[in-house]
Amino acid sequence: MEMTKFGKLAALGLALAIAAGCSSKGGDSAGEGAVDPNAGYGANTSGVDGNLAAEEAALRAITTFYFEYDSADLKPEAMRALDVHAKDLKGNGARVVLEGHADERGTREYNMALGERRASAVQRYLVLQGVSPAQLELVSYGEERPLVLGSSEESWAQNRRVELRK
Amino acid sequence: MNIVKSLVLLALVWVGMVQAADPLVVSHGADRAIPIAVVPFGWQGGAMLPEDMAEVVGNDLRNSGYFEPIPRQNMLSMPTTAEGVFYRDWKALGAQYVLVGNVNPDGGRLSINYALFNVATEQQMLTGNVAGTQQQLRDMAHYISDQAFLKMTGIKGAFSTRLLYVTAENLATNNTRYTLQRADYDGARAVTLLQSREPILSPSFAADGKRIAYVSFEQKRPRIFIQHIDTGRREQVTNFEGLNGAPAFSPDGSRLAFVLSRDGNPEIYVMNLATRQLARVTNHFAIDTEPFWGADGQTIYFTSDRAGKPQIYRTNVNGGGAERVTFIGNYNANPKLSADGKTMVMVHRQDGYKVFQIAAFDLQTSRLKVLSQTTLDESPTVAPNGTMLTYATRQQGRGVLMLVSTNGRVRIPLPTAQGDVREPSWSPYLQ
Repeated sequence: MEMTKFGKLAALGLALAIAAGCSSKGGDSAGEGAVDPNAGYGANTSGVDGNLAAEEAALRAITTFYFEYDSADLKPEAMRALDVHAKDLKGNGARVVLEGHADERGTREYNMALGERRASAVQRYLVLQGVSPAQLELVSYGEERPLVLGSSEESWAQNRRVELRK
Repeated sequence: MNIVKSLVLLALVWVGMVQAADPLVVSHGADRAIPIAVVPFGWQGGAMLPEDMAEVVGNDLRNSGYFEPIPRQNMLSMPTTAEGVFYRDWKALGAQYVLVGNVNPDGGRLSINYALFNVATEQQMLTGNVAGTQQQLRDMAHYISDQAFLKMTGIKGAFSTRLLYVTAENLATNNTRYTLQRADYDGARAVTLLQSREPILSPSFAADGKRIAYVSFEQKRPRIFIQHIDTGRREQVTNFEGLNGAPAFSPDGSRLAFVLSRDGNPEIYVMNLATRQLARVTNHFAIDTEPFWGADGQTIYFTSDRAGKPQIYRTNVNGGGAERVTFIGNYNANPKLSADGKTMVMVHRQDGYKVFQIAAFDLQTSRLKVLSQTTLDESPTVAPNGTMLTYATRQQGRGVLMLVSTNGRVRIPLPTAQGDVREPSWSPYLQ
């Protein structure tokens, strides 16, 4: 009985959390943000002590970081990969371009600004990890260079991104 | 003339309101487009004319939303001159106006006589002549439409105006061809003004109709250029770090408003084009973009997400506080004012919805009317006389341009080149 009750409460709490998550995105469609192209990358390799180098290599291979709709908040998966890139950049002093992108919804110039805001978020994170701002150039392409064509939640999720380019 | 305009505007607003409630109810007085017979023009030369003049004129008048051309097959006679017009033929069809024309070869050029008649009063309202080359046939047709439209409605016709737009053709992965096009307002006779492998966006005309400004990524960064249409001469206006975007000429053409993020986030700036002196207009950590000048040359309307979601604001060009203009809807962006300054069109998303549509917002009454019905509508641009509007949308995965009459009667896709078509921008009246 007690367990069932707890289970129900937990389910209710989860539902509320999901609802709150949705409404905080300004009433956009349910399902937005449900697609996370970064999810899974590197996540399964964590905690395997003997394979740190492999994990780092896997994270280093991630150079595209995805965002929620109308958001420039970095996802935890992106931060893990950026930690590795920050370490590399501090070591080699290389210059990279952070290319910000948006999905096709909304106006083109607003999306240019949104793409830049995303690239800035990545830049700020890297600078916090000790990378020199001089190594990082921001360029926003807005919605002008979609990675995937099409007007679906899946393609939009792929297009809301920052690409780190050497 | 002003009374006619206000009445028309009133009727438009009213039609919009009623349509929103019930598409079957229409307004009084102007409940139907006015039937007009545009009779096939006579041609006194040899080979067939490359343009069907009456069709161009009829489409013009229909596109305004004011008139409905009578189908040719219903016509009882096809006069080409005033002498051939028998009012009873046109009364029988319910035509309120008849327009006839006759094309004559004239020493290598073409000369067109035309005349317009009011069927009810049995009066000739207009007669005129226009001449030009064979390549100018469409110009002459649009000219005749302008003359007739002014005579019948009291409103200056905008059929001789042009559109700028951008196309993107996906040739292969990471290989897209972008072009900047200039076409007649109805999409015909497109000419390529610029071609690039990098994105082009936000084209717009100066009020003189001779200069255009746009954003090009040709240097792998967004930079603003001004191009002189006749000579093709280009000048790069900006080269600042970060965003360089959304250029808009001031009404007198001496200044250019645009967006720079060189201070860390997108702000609106104004450049004096003669001195290249730069003045910052907005100052806020949010996104400020898409400036559009009020007719006074003092007010700038723009998009800002300073309240969390994009909304329209206005500010004095000399800075100072910004005043929020839109409160209805959870996304309002890309404001464009009608020439009379009374109506603002914009990209609009209703509260609780996720589709982007084009809406007209009455700046005096704050009444809002949604003008489009698809879901990814953007880049509204208004004809200089306010009767027509063009915007970009998507059809079967392809970007297309739609032309609608402001009264909502006409909605047609514009014929455009291959590829993805976007970013239409209407010219002012041209010489």
